Amino acid sequence: MSERHAYTDYHPRWLRSRPSTYWWLERRAYLSFITRELSSIFIAWFVVYLLLLVRAVSLGDSNYQAFLAWSRHPVVMTLNVVTAFFVLFHAVTWFNLAPKAMVVHLGHKRLPASLISAANYGAWVVTTAFVLWLLLGG
Amino acid sequence: MHKRSAEPLLWLLFSAGGVASAVFVPVLVLLFGLAFPLGWLSPPSYEHMYNLVHHPLTRLVLFGVSVVSLIHAAHRFRFTLYDGLQIKHLNELIGLLCYGGALVLSIWAGYLLWTIG
Repeated sequence: MSERHAYTDYHPRWLRSRPSTYWWLERRAYLSFITRELSSIFIAWFVVYLLLLVRAVSLGDSNYQAFLAWSRHPVVMTLNVVTAFFVLFHAVTWFNLAPKAMVVHLGHKRLPASLISAANYGAWVVTTAFVLWLLLGG
Repeated sequence: MHKRSAEPLLWLLFSAGGVASAVFVPVLVLLFGLAFPLGWLSPPSYEHMYNLVHHPLTRLVLFGVSVVSLIHAAHRFRFTLYDGLQIKHLNELIGLLCYGGALVLSIWAGYLLWTIG
């Protein structure tokens, strides 16, 4: 016990076992957490995909047709099916979480969670309808 | 004097990107990722796409949605690596790669959408 206990910047070693690298497989809630986290990769991929589409359109009709042909490639299609799953999961969990993150008061009353959820879903429906109209209508 | 933390700003942009990607991306994935390639719907003509993409408002919205969605993805992926794989000792490197990647792609998006017009 002759050791001197000097101040150190570093924490003493925790008496804790390190969780398994696969801790997120242990429970459903953990799995849905990691699924939500992983949606980030697919959102980034789709932004790139969308920008490649815009680029193809800016380069001319043959490039646009080449992009559409590329989008039918099995690898690209598979990736986009997986992307659709993750993006929808992100959207639904995001809108369900919104009332917990947004606390809106009207006078002294707090707006109910269901109303905030409904407003978010409403914005989703309106935007979706508008995008569909822009791309398919007119 | 304490250095101001960038965290609140990053969380704000993360939320903005969360909303933008939740609202805009699903319909676009379903159309350009599934419905058009599978032939469920016929894709818009080139003229239609040309007019749409060349409209300043489309480009502005696309730029905004792209940038905040990329920051959202970078921020979330940073914490996926941080918590999911527990590689906390690489925090600086991970941050640099995630936000750096989002920045590079955002600059590309800006260049692309600006030079179209």
